[in-house]
Amino acid sequence: MELYRSHVLVCGGTGCTSSGSISIEDALKTELAKHKLEKEVKMVRTGCFGLCEAGPIVIVYPEGAFYSQVKAEDISRITEEHLLKGRIVTDLLFKEAVVEDQVRSINEIDFYRKQKRVALRNCGVIDPEDITEYIAFDGYKALGKVLTEMTKEELIETIKKSGLRGRGGGGFPTGLKWEFTYKATGTQKYVVCNADEGDPGAFMDRSVLEGDPHALIEAMAIAGYAVGANQGYVYVRAEYPIAVHRLQIAIDQARENELLGKNIFDTGFDFDLEIRLGAGAFVCGEETALLNSIEGKRGMPRPRPPFPAIKGLWEKPTLLSNVETYANIPQIILNGAEWFAGIGTEKSKGTKVFALGGKINNTGLLEIPMGTTLREVIFEIGGGIPDGKAFKAVQTGGPSGGCIATEHLDTPIDYDNLISLGSMMGSGGMIVMDEDNCMVDIARFFLDFTVDESCGKCPPCRIGTKRMLELLDKITEGNGEDGDIEKLEKLAVNIKASSLCGLGQTAPNPVLSTIKYFRHEYEAHVYDKKCPSGVCQNLLNYVITNDCKGCTLCKKVCPVNAISGEVKKLHTISDACIKCGACVDKCPFKAIIKQ
Amino acid sequence: MKSLMELAKIREEAMKKVDIRNDREGTRIVVGMATCGISAGARPVLMAAVEEVRTRNLQEIVVSQTGCIGICRLEPLVEVYKQGEEKVTYVEMTADKMKRVIAEHIVNGKVVNEYTIGSVK
Ligand SMILES: Cc1cc2nc3c(=O)[nH]c(=O)nc-3n(C[C@H](O)[C@H](O)[C@H](O)COP(=O)(O)O)c2cc1C
Repeated sequence: MELYRSHVLVCGGTGCTSSGSISIEDALKTELAKHKLEKEVKMVRTGCFGLCEAGPIVIVYPEGAFYSQVKAEDISRITEEHLLKGRIVTDLLFKEAVVEDQVRSINEIDFYRKQKRVALRNCGVIDPEDITEYIAFDGYKALGKVLTEMTKEELIETIKKSGLRGRGGGGFPTGLKWEFTYKATGTQKYVVCNADEGDPGAFMDRSVLEGDPHALIEAMAIAGYAVGANQGYVYVRAEYPIAVHRLQIAIDQARENELLGKNIFDTGFDFDLEIRLGAGAFVCGEETALLNSIEGKRGMPRPRPPFPAIKGLWEKPTLLSNVETYANIPQIILNGAEWFAGIGTEKSKGTKVFALGGKINNTGLLEIPMGTTLREVIFEIGGGIPDGKAFKAVQTGGPSGGCIATEHLDTPIDYDNLISLGSMMGSGGMIVMDEDNCMVDIARFFLDFTVDESCGKCPPCRIGTKRMLELLDKITEGNGEDGDIEKLEKLAVNIKASSLCGLGQTAPNPVLSTIKYFRHEYEAHVYDKKCPSGVCQNLLNYVITNDCKGCTLCKKVCPVNAISGEVKKLHTISDACIKCGACVDKCPFKAIIKQ
Repeated sequence: MKSLMELAKIREEAMKKVDIRNDREGTRIVVGMATCGISAGARPVLMAAVEEVRTRNLQEIVVSQTGCIGICRLEPLVEVYKQGEEKVTYVEMTADKMKRVIAEHIVNGKVVNEYTIGSVK
């Protein structure tokens, strides 16, 4: 066994990979060889650390030194100074890791301090391609315990008592689902994992697959034992190549170690797993559409009931849960239902992972106990809004969710609170908006997405959402009429009530919630023909103020020759303006404004 | 995997590999590895510490390095931090001295006084 005095963890999540972590690994290998440190210092490629904003991220243990936005060129300094001589290169550390000249380790940084990592506990800590590292962090112990010590009934009771609810959006009690599937009649049953992750703003499921794939495998085997299934499928979108690759490696390693396959732990329990790739359609995240897709049919939803627990994959009883839901299972077994139920609020137990994005300083992935307030997430963990701008709203729940305004920032986050605010937990996307965002435009953006993604099976969703989008287009283009807002509301209510699946039933939420909190913005568009945030192009004009010095730069950059004026004299913009904004960016005197 | 014992064995082996990444309160051996330390021979001392911890299978011990401790003329320097005890600074260390410190101080809890900073004039 090799023992190293120092470990260098390089983030290999999708975010850091796309910002260059592979070249960092190469540089590190070269540098370690150059200084003959290969036997002393170990490089580990991990999953996502969560603070993607600061990527690529490199962490050096035992100090826990947190280097951010590392470039390949920085590696020689980190090697020579830190790894060779033990001097942490402070100017390359994450900015918050240096406080009053004291270097703080990763766990002392604000972004991590308020978090509680259960589902993400191993992400960024272990090498996801090495099963022994997972085992070192108590991996497969829960499966061993369940198979050798617990009856199915005890196991299901434990999950029920933990209070775990589905993390895929609906929030249905997981233990109940297990019980329904267990009690359903039939000899052939299946467990399925929903790793479709259709919310374009969310990436926690991908992170678990990339950073801790064995947690999912272990959990699905445990679930298989509970409900009486010996075959599982993970449905993951082909757009997640790194996740698919690591999950396949993990499945292979689990098979080699006989943690998948026949007679696991010599208990007579057989279980195996296969990956099924999806093409990345939002509707395929809906459980019945997903099952159709696995069966090789078109990914379109079917009516429920019957629910998958009774008639799922190939009409057999099927337990279908989300990646993050599964990732909690081994921890619940190891630490007990009481431990899990001790975290969170009365009706929402445990933690939830959120993908924080939009107008926020610390873009990234974070896991918090349920009941943490929106304010804590946005202003403490998220580090607030960039450039001193004012917070306007936060959008949760992705395309099915809604916007929540400032007055509700102190709401503790849980399933029921978010629903009562007109939004929902969804899969955990959280997009922050500031004063520069137009809420009508935001609603239009999300609806545009759902119109695209509607499968077309049922008319309310196929036609209704399209009609709503047309109304929003009309309003944002400056052609809104009296009564349009009311029409939107009426359509929304009807579509919600009559759509076949969750896609249509939730698609109007972004519109309804923005009308609820920002009706004045809609009214400004419709009645005053103004976009208060200066976003909707047709509703604003570019004008040149008296600050103009007549430098002619704007005139030169204008692609349609809409600007006239002589040197050193005030310039003006004509009706020919196409509102491209090129002149605004060019003007050195900030003399061109939107009105 | 055929038994819990088999799993526990793999875990125990693997623990050694990842232990360094855990937050721990155990003993730390810190070797001064600034330019002065390295030129005075700190590398062999560091390697000896790593080697000794490995062969003795000392799980709670972290070997790490630091920059200049500030008393360059007495390099190589090694500091030992044990929980609830005063920091002990060893000076003019060699690989052999390091091994003795691990045997006597780390394992048996007896400070090797003759190597400590207090013993030099
Ligand atoms: C349009 C639509 C998209 C969905 N997308 C996902 C998804 O990407 N991932 C997911 O886990 N659940 C998604 N769901 C929810 C699933 O239908 C299902 O409730 C969930 O996977 C069950 O797992 P859970 O109980 O662990 O939450 C979606 C639902 C709808 C209506």
